[in-house]
Amino acid sequence: MTEILEKKIGYLTAEFPPLTEFFSDYGITFTDLHATLGEALEGLAEEHYEDIGIDREKLLENLDGFLQRITLSEIAEAPTVSEITIIGGHDKNGHPEEIELTLLRGSVTSIVGPTGSGKSRLLADIEWMAQNDTPTGRMIRVNGQKPDPELRFSLEYKLVAQLSQNMNFVMDTTVAEFIAMHAESRMINNASGIVNDIIAQANLLAGESFTGETPVTALSGGQSRALMIADTAFLSSSPVVLIDEIENAGIDRKKALSLLVRKEKIVLMATHDPILALMAERRLIIKNGGIHKIISTTTGEKDNLVRLEELDNKFLALRTRLRSGEMLEEL
Amino acid sequence: MKLVTISGPPSSGKTAVLVNVIKSLKTSGLRTGAVKYDCLATDDDALFRSLGIPVQTGLSGNLCPDHYFVSNIEECLKWGISLNLDLLVSESAGLCNRCSPHIKGVLAVCVIDNLMGVTTPKKIGPMLKFADIVVITKGDIVSQAEREVFAFQVRRANAKAKIMHVNGITGQGASELTSLFLQAPETETLDGGILRFSMPAALCSYCLGETKIGMEHQLGNVKRIKIKQEQP
Repeated sequence: MTEILEKKIGYLTAEFPPLTEFFSDYGITFTDLHATLGEALEGLAEEHYEDIGIDREKLLENLDGFLQRITLSEIAEAPTVSEITIIGGHDKNGHPEEIELTLLRGSVTSIVGPTGSGKSRLLADIEWMAQNDTPTGRMIRVNGQKPDPELRFSLEYKLVAQLSQNMNFVMDTTVAEFIAMHAESRMINNASGIVNDIIAQANLLAGESFTGETPVTALSGGQSRALMIADTAFLSSSPVVLIDEIENAGIDRKKALSLLVRKEKIVLMATHDPILALMAERRLIIKNGGIHKIISTTTGEKDNLVRLEELDNKFLALRTRLRSGEMLEEL
Repeated sequence: MKLVTISGPPSSGKTAVLVNVIKSLKTSGLRTGAVKYDCLATDDDALFRSLGIPVQTGLSGNLCPDHYFVSNIEECLKWGISLNLDLLVSESAGLCNRCSPHIKGVLAVCVIDNLMGVTTPKKIGPMLKFADIVVITKGDIVSQAEREVFAFQVRRANAKAKIMHVNGITGQGASELTSLFLQAPETETLDGGILRFSMPAALCSYCLGETKIGMEHQLGNVKRIKIKQEQP
């Protein structure tokens, strides 16, 4: 940390361009590029620190954290997740779950059970990397190992990304700016390439097309969902993606799932939609706070999936007819 | 007794998060109490009381709530100790974003929400920058991308804090936050305690009730805006 204080401002801002923005967050603009960072910070009046509400020591601490992030050293430290194992605890009455379930990258698992049965708790256990320290007594292993407890607070190592029905975009930006901002926070250099990929993928998922210039707040429900899924697939650091019911309207659910699988996500889907549930290779039945049963989707069920999809397509066709102003007197 | 200070902008979900934490503390059999600092009025004391815990309310009225908090926290600590509480939570609203209610050696929590916009973390002063734990709420209504960008911005404003996502409505994340509360250091007295950063200063004629506008009515600690001349 002391090393950087001896570097010249001109060198630092050329080497690490995001530093200029970092300091402007604190109302600091450097005028003398030949001064060292230490001299520049020393030259700031005590009053300035009081106005920005931070002292020199804390500012340097934040600078250190920021540099670790932009030089990717923080990201490099986090081990890649290839599998997650849930070791059963107990349900609300203390009955043991007696399961050991390993979720591999690129797999799809659905979760069924009534509201309040413990679906969110299961996800929270995974996210927190529970070590017999949550109400369920479950334990989570990452790559077969007990994870370092400090990883619970690492932003880069968040295990679970969530996509749910009632999520909306609240930022006031265009689609392209929005994705670029997300990419920047992940320290991805070639942002424009990934922005185009995500917009193209999201358009494949959404029924109605949109462009990079569309404001995110103007997207329809289906378009928003499609963009969220494509963005999570390409840019989220989390290996596990939880989907809380994808509605049928305006999004190709099959393509959405296969995109996430292709991007090696561990997909968990809380759903009571028979088509989605059967698209998964297995489903967890949650009851009274515990995993009651694990059912592998059978060949019989897979055959029925084809029939269900036919019914679904019929229904979708009716929607399209309704939208284009047709009568539905004949089905 | 353990003391935890919780602060955050208005309506960020401080009380909702605390209600879930208190429920979780109660199930582990700990005696918890709450102090609620507010400005003009509050109903939250009733909410805390409905959880069956002792509550104190402090209304700062026309004083700076931050200054009111620091002048009264010691009394509240003594009250909590006299009741033999295991843990006392003190909730104060941060109204000007320059608030600085965190005390050295006392677990400091800042609650902010995802709806405030991604540039907000840099606009919040010591309340966020000197917190040990930053709780982010309302994650269930914004996209995953916005959650990640927002958390990244929080990290930029406070490199060391533990960042937690808690849902104030469902309570998701609250039991995990509770486990951090249980690691809070013991606070037996605040006499001689030190704030982590100075509070916003205020000592001018308007502090003393002046209502008239104009140079001649301004006395004391007055700061002037710098009007920049834009090139046409």
